Amino acid sequence: MKLAFSPEDEAFRAEVAAWMRENLTGSFAPLKFRGGPGDEHAFFEERRAWERHLGAAGWTGVGWPASVGGRGAPLSHQVIFFEEYARAGGPGRVGHIGEGLAGPTIIAFGTEEQKKRFLPPILSGDELWCQGYSEPNAGSDLANVRTKARLVGDKWVIEGQKVWTSLAHVADWCFVIARTEEGSSGHRGLSYLLVPMHQKGITVRPIQQMTGTSEFNEVFFDGAETAAENIVGKPGEGWKVAMGTLAFERGASTLGQQMAFKNQLGEVIAIAKANGRARDPAIRQRLADAWIGLEVMRANALRMLAGADKPELSREAYVSKLYWATWHRDLGKLAMDVLGPEAEIAEGGPGTYELTPLQQLFLFTRSDTIYAGTNEIQRNIIAERALGMPREQRA
Amino acid sequence: MNFAFTEDQVMIRDAARAFLGEQVTSTHVRRVMAEAEGYDRALWAEVVALGWTGLIAGEEAGGSGLGFVELAILCEEMGRVLYPSPFEATVVLAANLLSALGETQHLAALAAGDVTATLAGPNAQGQVTFVADGGGYSLTGSLRHVPDGARADLLLVAAEGTDGRTALFAVPGETPGLTRRALPTMDQTRRLAEIEMAGLRLPAGALVSADAGAALTLALDRAAAMMAAFAVGAAERCLEMTVDYTKGRVQFGRPVASFQAVKHQCADMALAVETARSAAYWAACVADETGPNGDLSALARAASGAKSWCSRAYFDCAATAIQLHGGVGFTWEYDVHLYFKNARAIEQVLGDPAFHRERVARLIGLDDTAEAAQ
Repeated sequence: MKLAFSPEDEAFRAEVAAWMRENLTGSFAPLKFRGGPGDEHAFFEERRAWERHLGAAGWTGVGWPASVGGRGAPLSHQVIFFEEYARAGGPGRVGHIGEGLAGPTIIAFGTEEQKKRFLPPILSGDELWCQGYSEPNAGSDLANVRTKARLVGDKWVIEGQKVWTSLAHVADWCFVIARTEEGSSGHRGLSYLLVPMHQKGITVRPIQQMTGTSEFNEVFFDGAETAAENIVGKPGEGWKVAMGTLAFERGASTLGQQMAFKNQLGEVIAIAKANGRARDPAIRQRLADAWIGLEVMRANALRMLAGADKPELSREAYVSKLYWATWHRDLGKLAMDVLGPEAEIAEGGPGTYELTPLQQLFLFTRSDTIYAGTNEIQRNIIAERALGMPREQRA
Repeated sequence: MNFAFTEDQVMIRDAARAFLGEQVTSTHVRRVMAEAEGYDRALWAEVVALGWTGLIAGEEAGGSGLGFVELAILCEEMGRVLYPSPFEATVVLAANLLSALGETQHLAALAAGDVTATLAGPNAQGQVTFVADGGGYSLTGSLRHVPDGARADLLLVAAEGTDGRTALFAVPGETPGLTRRALPTMDQTRRLAEIEMAGLRLPAGALVSADAGAALTLALDRAAAMMAAFAVGAAERCLEMTVDYTKGRVQFGRPVASFQAVKHQCADMALAVETARSAAYWAACVADETGPNGDLSALARAASGAKSWCSRAYFDCAATAIQLHGGVGFTWEYDVHLYFKNARAIEQVLGDPAFHRERVARLIGLDDTAEAAQ
């Protein structure tokens, strides 16, 4: 067991840091530290250009195998890349759903034709993706999907509604779980379809969140179409493929998230030092605990990745989502407490609703413990699958 | 960077778990903790024979020269079973300190199992000072809460000199004039004592180091990391006992483990255990990778971070274990109370969580306000 990185790793770290320093400049400079969760509306077009810039330089698909055009980097390099990207203030990636979810799913379950068609534009930043999982009646109970698709000639025709779809308003493609077997229920009879977003059968309606901004959308499918071959896995295997996609959420990019959190905590600490709250013993305890908790998050992620080659999910992987979400939500509240009365004052003028980044943090982190499996669902999963306690009785 | 056990480390863990699981049963713990001595000498001889007392001692001291990750593994396994023994005082404190000082003579005796030892210094409450006295030294002061202070064969006493430096003396337990009083403890698996010296005369040869301050800091941080690992093993055992008990306990016609109110508390225990394990291994790795000339502030952050994180996790798990055992969790018969009492004791060992968080607060620069403004 070793935490220290090798000299060769450190050289790679220096290479990434130097590239970021030299490239996150000029027209890209305003993007620093922008566009993360809660801030996805910021500088969108510029970030799309940045995604292409990253792709051209070979910094997309860092963990993808070289055989499909990725960098094929070893785990230590992936960790370093995501850490240095975030440390330098690399903006929120507009291509992260393609790179982190759609791409790995296609690599794992897709056909050779699908790999040739869909992977290169993800790597180049030319095509953006969104995820069509949740529905109004399929949130925590994801298997209750009602969106339907039927094969008509050489096309799938889709009817239904998805919700909480990040980036749907800008995405070129959506991976959709739809019910393809008439009369099926639960996780049987579902299929995993790749659907083009730019068509008249699709309507995207933004959801205004408590932050006043809109990261998430409702997506309506009203006779939307996709080619018959745009199915990943066989018809009826959608649940298996979808669960595979969820597993990819535990990749090395977790370390980039941890580093982004570190930047946020650093900002809170700087404010506490500047406004004197750093001398308050209660605040000191909380800041120190947050700092320790964040280092623990990194160690937990490194442990999780070191065991990622094993077939069964490890305990540290099971607790990971519950842990980071709760830590981050608590940081939002700590930021407000450090700011004190000043936390109330927003940006912009009268008649506008423009939040400061820390206000956005405070409000947006309320969603962290809800999306991608609520804290309650996470606790059920930990208890039932990691601890082997009896399953919840279902109606 | 590979944050997973090597094959050798997995072997050490499996062997330790098998040995301790067989030897240190609940019956063993309960028998030994009620006796005056507080540990089983025959079992201790086996532990010595396994080489555990010489684990971190270098080959020149007859040890196997392994590191703090391996020691953390042993501590974690001992925590699982609450092994009542001189291990913490002799190896985690004394051998660790002697090793940090580069001392070999006493270290060899500890490694060989010839003597048990402890540290009577900043890990206890109180102070000892010394002055040069003829060809030797004279020590005065008292210390409370010295682990194994009354039963250890050898005491490593840290004492402050007139020049403000901290020296380390090797004081045999039976030295005339050294007063040692065993203190009754709420957690019977650990032994604490009060020691007193009023002008205790020591020969020149008793001096181990004239300037042990830096080595003490290094060794105590490493020891804090090891106690964090101990807490992980014990906390995990609390979780296992609770899951087993609630699966077997039927109320309202179903196992109480099937109720969400119970499951969610167990999930929170699992979260505490796993994050604590990550914290303890982090600190163990940094303890291993940080020598006397390394980045001691990085070690201090990791050690204080892990000690506060893991001992809180342990206490929370032990407390939840009692609650979820219901009435029997409150009885002497079930083992949960042993862990609950030990958890509170481990919180205090080498500084409580609030102390360590405050230390981290300083180490991450919360007091650098003036500098930041300039």
